[in-house]
Amino acid sequence: MSYMFTVSPDFSPDHLSGWYIFNTWLQRQTEQAIHLEILNDFTSLHSAIQKDQIDLIYANPYDAAMLVREKGFLPVAKPAGESDEAIIAVADSSDVNIVEDLKPGIRVAYTDDPDVRLMGMIMLEPADLDSDNITPVLTDSYPVVAKHLLKNEADVGIFLAEAFDDLSNLIKNQLKVLVRSQISVIHHALMIGPKFQHQREAMTELLTSMHHDEKGSSILKSLGFSAWEIVDDEETEFMIDLMDTLAT
Amino acid sequence: MIHDMQPDDIVGDFKEVYLQLYNSIKRRILYTDIETPYPDGKLIVSTTDLDGNITHVNKSFVEMSGYTEEELIGAPHSILRHPDMPPAAFKDLWDTVQKGEKWQGFVKNLRKDGGFYWVKATVIPNIRKGAVVGYTSVRRKPSRKKVEECIKLYPTLF
Repeated sequence: MSYMFTVSPDFSPDHLSGWYIFNTWLQRQTEQAIHLEILNDFTSLHSAIQKDQIDLIYANPYDAAMLVREKGFLPVAKPAGESDEAIIAVADSSDVNIVEDLKPGIRVAYTDDPDVRLMGMIMLEPADLDSDNITPVLTDSYPVVAKHLLKNEADVGIFLAEAFDDLSNLIKNQLKVLVRSQISVIHHALMIGPKFQHQREAMTELLTSMHHDEKGSSILKSLGFSAWEIVDDEETEFMIDLMDTLAT
Repeated sequence: MIHDMQPDDIVGDFKEVYLQLYNSIKRRILYTDIETPYPDGKLIVSTTDLDGNITHVNKSFVEMSGYTEEELIGAPHSILRHPDMPPAAFKDLWDTVQKGEKWQGFVKNLRKDGGFYWVKATVIPNIRKGAVVGYTSVRRKPSRKKVEECIKLYPTLF
């Protein structure tokens, strides 16, 4: 029997090969047949989840609620010391200096990354902005969000903080950060589905010691973090409750 | 535990009032006109047990309330209750979450130093294995326009 593994489509393209190498390592260590299927967008991902095709997923916090509460997934591990944060930025030439300067009707550029969009829209609320009074500019990636700001095709952009920090200095110097979230408890996690849960404990043990050897450490580096750490069920439930409070 | 507020803790000129809280607790409140602005990008998070006693607070909660974590854990959430908040708002909150639903509203919270801060609060029941085991409250930065509306509305609700 082969298990299907996927990665939330919001991962950085720089880490694509890293996930394939990680999957090979995981198969060897667990002696299980695991097939990595990269899905291009959230619509394809949600469709695969609904069809119960996924057994293991590096999940976006926004999807965690559905995975845990509707599909019986459990957390295995999360990247140590990492959290998802969002940034609101404008072009450096913009007259806007604080979020409260933004007016209804403005063009907001963002990607289809659901947790970042949620955090970003919350940071626009102090200006009385919501999905009903902004003009959305949906883009494929964070560099494109930046491009829209620089070409004056959008007034404000919502970025994953990590993706913003990864932009070139040339681009960043032409942007102005209005606010950076400091939420700390929203994070991606590796989650395991019902058919594969007999491997959960063994997998948690393998992953949390992965950074101890050179090979494991180098694979982790290619994923963009330094170690996996344990995430317990209640911590995940707490994050889901928190996401739930932000959803309106 | 919840204690009467002490003049030594208060910063600035203050007024005094006694508030009737839940569980027949009467608390001496000392409060000032000093507002602490809500910090950009942060969420204030807490959880309580079914009786409204605090079981968890995050760093932003501690910073904005002015209390230490040790003072907050085990204290009733009404330790933040400001005398300008109409009791009807909290009745609505409890009626809503006890039905298992989400409550949202704008709240003026009281600090240990007698000052205040406005928040947009969302409270949800924590459901574990089908049973409500407590409540999570998450506050975010409110719009000033909404706060101004509440400043006019709330005195009419007493």
